[in-house]
Amino acid sequence: MTTILSDLGIESVLPEIVLACGAMFLLVVGAVSRSVITNTVSYAAVLLLLLTFFLTVSLDWSTAVTMNGFFVMDRFAGVVKSLILLAMAVVLLLSTGYMKRERITAHEYPVLLLLAALGMMIMVSANDLMSLYIGLELQSLSLYVLAAIRRNSLKSAEAGIKYFILGALSSGMVLFGSSIIYGFSGTTNFAGIAQALAYLPQVHLGVSLGFVFLLAGLAFKISAVPFHMWTPDVYEGAPMSVTALFAIVPKLAAAALLMRIFYEPFAELEPVWGQIMWGLAAASMIVGALAGLGQTNIKRLLAYSSIGNMGYAMIGLIAGGADGAGATLYYFIIYMVMTAATFGVLMSLRRDGTALEEIEHMEGLSKTHPVTAYVMAALMFSMSGIPPLAGFFGKLFIFQTAIESGLIVLAVLGVVSSVVAAYYYLRIIKVMFFDDAVESLEHEPNVPRDAVILVSMAAVLGLVIMPEPLLNVARAASSVLF
Amino acid sequence: MLDFPLLSLLTFLPLVGAVFILSIRGTEQNVAQNARYTALYTSVFVFAISLYLYLKFDPLDPGFQFIEKIEWLPTLNISYSMGLDGISLFFVLLSTFLTPLCILASWKAVQTRVKEYMVAFLVLETLMIGTFCALDLVLFYVFFEAVLIPMFLIIGIWGGPRKIYASYKFFLYTLLGSVLMLLAMLMIYAEGGSTDIPTLMQNPLAANLQYWLFLAFFASFAVKMPMWPVHTWLPDAHVEAPTAGSVILAGVLLKMGGYGFLRFSLPMFPEASEYFAPFVMSLSVIAIIYTSLVALVQEDMKKLIAYSSVAHMGFVTLGIFSMTVEGIHGGVFQMISHGIISAALFLCVGVVYDRLHTREMGRYGGIVKNMPKYATVFMIFMLGSVGLPGTSGFIGEFLSLLGAYKVNILMSLLAATGMVLGAAYMLLLYRRVVFGPADNKDATEMKDLEPREVLILAPLAVLVILIGVYPAPLSARIEPSVKRLVTLYEDNLMKGRPTSYVEHGDAPSLQTAHLVKGAQN
Repeated sequence: MTTILSDLGIESVLPEIVLACGAMFLLVVGAVSRSVITNTVSYAAVLLLLLTFFLTVSLDWSTAVTMNGFFVMDRFAGVVKSLILLAMAVVLLLSTGYMKRERITAHEYPVLLLLAALGMMIMVSANDLMSLYIGLELQSLSLYVLAAIRRNSLKSAEAGIKYFILGALSSGMVLFGSSIIYGFSGTTNFAGIAQALAYLPQVHLGVSLGFVFLLAGLAFKISAVPFHMWTPDVYEGAPMSVTALFAIVPKLAAAALLMRIFYEPFAELEPVWGQIMWGLAAASMIVGALAGLGQTNIKRLLAYSSIGNMGYAMIGLIAGGADGAGATLYYFIIYMVMTAATFGVLMSLRRDGTALEEIEHMEGLSKTHPVTAYVMAALMFSMSGIPPLAGFFGKLFIFQTAIESGLIVLAVLGVVSSVVAAYYYLRIIKVMFFDDAVESLEHEPNVPRDAVILVSMAAVLGLVIMPEPLLNVARAASSVLF
Repeated sequence: MLDFPLLSLLTFLPLVGAVFILSIRGTEQNVAQNARYTALYTSVFVFAISLYLYLKFDPLDPGFQFIEKIEWLPTLNISYSMGLDGISLFFVLLSTFLTPLCILASWKAVQTRVKEYMVAFLVLETLMIGTFCALDLVLFYVFFEAVLIPMFLIIGIWGGPRKIYASYKFFLYTLLGSVLMLLAMLMIYAEGGSTDIPTLMQNPLAANLQYWLFLAFFASFAVKMPMWPVHTWLPDAHVEAPTAGSVILAGVLLKMGGYGFLRFSLPMFPEASEYFAPFVMSLSVIAIIYTSLVALVQEDMKKLIAYSSVAHMGFVTLGIFSMTVEGIHGGVFQMISHGIISAALFLCVGVVYDRLHTREMGRYGGIVKNMPKYATVFMIFMLGSVGLPGTSGFIGEFLSLLGAYKVNILMSLLAATGMVLGAAYMLLLYRRVVFGPADNKDATEMKDLEPREVLILAPLAVLVILIGVYPAPLSARIEPSVKRLVTLYEDNLMKGRPTSYVEHGDAPSLQTAHLVKGAQN
């Protein structure tokens, strides 16, 4: 197998090939055998993701371009893909119990998740505007369906439609921008675009125009303000496990894609994207903090929280260099761990047999379920960036690179909005600890989910002892982009 | 013995106790009682270690002692680095001394969630000690900021009726100040390439940067201190916090601001400190007079003491920013003395609050007859707060005023009126609560101090008088470090100046200075 692949020169695509074939196989298995319950497919999908993860890790991570320049494999892609695969496995582990309780038994759920992972892997490894689009669409289409997976729920269907329409618009913008860029540079290949830009006069207007369209489309995917409108509605409407997926994984893939196109083909356009991203980051942080204040629904709150967090992550992106990009990657890793545990906790709580929706429903949780409440409190403190929890170190390195690159105004906006955002994280703690229980929530133990929460909590609490090894990994991965 | 990480042991031992308490299982009553004892033993043991530290401390060495340095973030040149000098030593002692008293004071007052309460206090102790021992900017920030977590929970869970408002206000106010300081720290790191505090103290930054950095640090420490006009969180937090929470808040947490000024602002931003000193001193004088006046009209005992804290902290900043040895010495002394006295005053309020469940002065009166022991210790603390000679309060205020007098007579004069006002409101408080007409029957039926309460208040009363009569054990250790700090400040001020400014007294003239410089090149 490997010799055939290496003869073809595509051994670095092996993980994607395995994942695609595995996903198709599971789709067929799910379709033909009625007796196979969704859980089995889910666990098989987890195994498949782990297999793909090990294949990715065992690959040679030195930079290799294959498939006629469509596909690039390097250290950065390796690290980001490993993260995506692990995160997907975690999401699946988190959601099995929840989906069963919510009676969402469609076996398509794990398969769509796998396809979304495949799309993300292609996005991360895209070395051409076309492979970029293919990856982006594969991912997006899987996610549209996932948002609407609870077909008979009005909210879920609405979320799916809303996401689809706005997502299609943004994909259109990506295509439109790509075609303009192609028109001016004569190629869709990233290396070719970089070369063409080097010959064109500085900050070429035509290419810039196309690039701005491309950027707007991608900003939608990371839900940067002002392209964030879909986020709260989709987060609210989708089932909690799908919301967890939305919060944890796709943004990493989109951000990784942004990093690659910023630093490789469009490095010459730094004055253009630097300014745009500055505005997007500032707006995201501010809106993420202010708009979250009035939310009563926990999912909407987390939506605004994720918007704000994207703002912080973008600061490292703008600062650039291995340090800046590394800080962004580091921030993402920590954010993913915190978010996974947060959603794990939320999915474990039920009220009158339905999933938790309102923040107020967590009243007095510290009395009825102290351990859960303390876990949640630690996560909220971590999200607000209070040391010695992990979230602090994410922000620390982001602000450090910001200060070092002279982005002082952005850093000040960042810390001030983090104080504003602290208010709504504190409100969750307040509801759990300071208010008295009105009616008690049920807490459902679930082994895989609790294991995920336990590991995440260990990371959130223990990162302070050795914050650096992870940062070095992130920096080393990002350094190949420069 | 030299290599033994004494400071780390001291810092993290309470955390070990906290983990131990978390592992206690059994019936609720059992758990509560075991948690109380574990917390008490741990904190007493920690206090014993800190006493050992005090004995081991070399008073003749003005620099940092018990230094520990372990790599933490090696590629970023940030390390886990701890050490003590004469200034921080007593803040550590204050923290370790007050924690067991707080635990004793909460023995009966706290009946709900005892386990969590004790864990919160032990965690808080770790963080307080860590803050005063840290010799690295990032490490300091981690400890300094993490204090918010247990304190937020202590106010929010075990606080009074308006606890939610108070806890939010405390948290967000302090956080806003701190994050600006964090940016300033990162700026220092970007400019200086190091976060090592002793190194940074020797190498001040460029003057134009200093002003901004000073303001950012000022934002954090002024809120923490608290200085007028950003003091408004303090009365709320104090009133709503449980007694022990108020004790730690007034006794230790407020001192972090003053400690920060001494550790960071003066040596690292000498030019900016000099530039802003009149401004800070003016704020201090306003704080002293204004908050004293506000304290005069309070009905709530805790609020009165809270406002008096702001006024007393005004003396501290006044002394520190006089930049004289006397003033800074006075500032440090005042902080330690206030740490003891205000803690004791809050404990005194706690004693009667536990009996009558009100803090309103009008509900008491004439209790001197039924509570003579209480009246005695309360009087000692009241007089200490007033700054009567022979109590610890006198020395701090006197030295601060002396330092301020050397720099600005008017300011010290105005501040001195604050002492008169201080006497007014404290005597008023004492008269209304302890003497006065015995109109309230339930107040006159209160029992006098029980042994546990005597055990809490007696050491404090002894200390107030002992330090007031014989301050040498403190001064001998504080003064060398303060002198070193002032020398450092003046040297750094000179470093930042162009050579022509150095032309006073016996310094070489302008031309020879250039010649010397040329010869060096």
